[in-house]
Amino acid sequence: MNETMKNPEDLRKLVRECRDLLLANLVMTAETASPTFGEANRVRFLLDRFRESGLDNISSDEVNNAVGFLPGTTGDKTVAVVAHLDTVFEPKENHALSLGPDRVKGIGIGDNSLGAAVLVTLPMLLRHLKFQPSYNLLLLGVSRSLGRGNLGGIRFLLENSSMKIDQAVCLEGCPLGRLNYTSVAMMRGEIAVQMPDEYDFSRFGVYGAIYRLNDIINRILEIPRPSRPQTSIVFGSIEGGNTFHQLAREAKLRFEVRSESDEVAGGILQSIRGIIDEVRARSGVQIELEEIAWRQHGGIPFDHPLVQISREVMRTLDISPQIGPSMSELAALIAAKIPAVTLGLTQVHNVNTLEETVEIEPMFDGIAQVLGVLAGLDAPHLNAQGVTP
Amino acid sequence: MNIDAWLKSNTFHHSTFWDLKQLVDEKERQNLKISLCIPTLNEEHTIGKEIVIFRSELMTRYPLIDEIAVIDSGSTDRTLEVAASFGADTYFSGDILPSQGFKRGKGENLWKAIHQLEGDIIVYVDADITNIHSRFVYGLVAPLLYQPETQYVKAFYDRPLAFSQGIRPSGGGRVTEILTRPLFSLFFPELTALMQPLSGEYAVRRKVLEEIAFPIGYGVEISHLIDVYTKWGLYAFAQTDLDKRVHRNQDTRDLGKMAFGILQSFLNRAQQLGMVDVKSEVSSILRQFQTREQMFEQKQFTIVEEERPPIITVDEYREKFHA
Repeated sequence: MNETMKNPEDLRKLVRECRDLLLANLVMTAETASPTFGEANRVRFLLDRFRESGLDNISSDEVNNAVGFLPGTTGDKTVAVVAHLDTVFEPKENHALSLGPDRVKGIGIGDNSLGAAVLVTLPMLLRHLKFQPSYNLLLLGVSRSLGRGNLGGIRFLLENSSMKIDQAVCLEGCPLGRLNYTSVAMMRGEIAVQMPDEYDFSRFGVYGAIYRLNDIINRILEIPRPSRPQTSIVFGSIEGGNTFHQLAREAKLRFEVRSESDEVAGGILQSIRGIIDEVRARSGVQIELEEIAWRQHGGIPFDHPLVQISREVMRTLDISPQIGPSMSELAALIAAKIPAVTLGLTQVHNVNTLEETVEIEPMFDGIAQVLGVLAGLDAPHLNAQGVTP
Repeated sequence: MNIDAWLKSNTFHHSTFWDLKQLVDEKERQNLKISLCIPTLNEEHTIGKEIVIFRSELMTRYPLIDEIAVIDSGSTDRTLEVAASFGADTYFSGDILPSQGFKRGKGENLWKAIHQLEGDIIVYVDADITNIHSRFVYGLVAPLLYQPETQYVKAFYDRPLAFSQGIRPSGGGRVTEILTRPLFSLFFPELTALMQPLSGEYAVRRKVLEEIAFPIGYGVEISHLIDVYTKWGLYAFAQTDLDKRVHRNQDTRDLGKMAFGILQSFLNRAQQLGMVDVKSEVSSILRQFQTREQMFEQKQFTIVEEERPPIITVDEYREKFHA
């Protein structure tokens, strides 16, 4: 580790010197629409930037991941820095950013345009800091992370890449202090209730799709959820019907089951399937459960060197760690037995809304933190450790 | 008429000039200085992004431009504070050439910039562009670097990405198509080849800028085109397609004011050139109408297209650049 990387003030100062480059990359990244499954334009921008930065083995693949490689001085291990490229916003939304002295406002900026922008700026930051790691650095802009993407980009890479990844650092825009090293078991699903075409709506007392969905929700709420292992069911979105006075023909519920146990999450899912089967059989209504995304429970221990280094760097930079499980790229890495942490980069407000805003000043700490962790990983005594089952 | 040949040789798409390193090499080979001027009036929401993009892409990464100056007409919002916070040189127009006084208007800022900035080439970019990109500068500078005979490069914005019938209309905004192009068709047919004669983005050699007058208001672009055309001919111009420009949409009444100012400047030029003979003095009051409690009433706007002379006629300028 060079001396600059040990001194937080020097590190912050050097990062701040790259402010324009970083903000310009942030503007260009965030203004390139990148909905899940539609990341191609953002990928092109990343690849151009990787090329201009002189990275090796720059490539994309059939699911639109962007890959760049920076060989280490010894190259005896490979560390991946990962940021997902997709946002929840469609191209038709106004992607123009507004940049003020303290804040940047624009859709998708915190989740996760900032992570992608830091990823493309990383080679320049390393050069500015005169830090060349001994290990190989693999920069991964991954697609298809959110919602129905179900971590498709990182999973494709892990299943198909011949390159061995020893450790990984995932970048998320928010919040600064975020430190994830475990993933929870998770299943996201959508329950769609559809009244049959021949259903006789003229009969007094018949029930529409919303009533049936409500019945299902009440039944799901009756499923026992243990406090240990911690388990929850989140109802994230509901929609159905069009008017005040007509019974709804369709209704949809999007939900998520989370648990510290794969078995418990699986059991709840099984119960939900049973409820749906029963309501369907009893009512004659068409009800479908679509399982959209899943994660396995797992993680690395608290005393894993990667976590220790992250905590130590955060302490040095006066960043309060916010420890919790993650359901983003980290989950796929952990499932593939690759030790990984997720770090947050700044404070974000109104995330995933049209008013999404990030603060500029904390970014410098957030980026200094990433560089500090990368420097810490250069310590010769560290090797990849195992993952808790 | 040269229009077809000129369109072929002097109309570009910004993507032609993607190789910024080559542009920088060419600039250095010719030992040129390039300045960027952004005229502003209350643009706090967009100015920061423009400065950051241009500084990062065209100063730090590829040193194509040597200075960025924001020249302001007296903003009441945080325009100058935001611009300065991102490293631009900021000026109140009235503080430049104070002996010449201060007139409020975009043309005034453009004119004062010629004195304040050092470049052999000055690029003007409006501050209200929300989809700003470095192409807004390099796309305009490049023809000047590669074609010595080109003096004045104008931006236009077209999106020829997909069109089902092979032929599609191409052109400018409402004022261009309703006023400017018909006027050019009547009096200066070759100038109709400029797709968007009123666009606020252009790059010009200093030696041309110092020789032309600057209306301080809406008429600055049209009078530039007429003056450069009559002095240097059509081949002094080039134009570059910068794809898409996203900016505030102006309502029809504002466009009416704009058209009124442009028409004043046009008639002024046409009269000077002996092309029209306006016998009586024309009014400088634009009248628009509104209803209040079901009664019609007029609103009057006094719009006088004052003009700054060629800056070469100003002593301080000559002392600074031609001593």
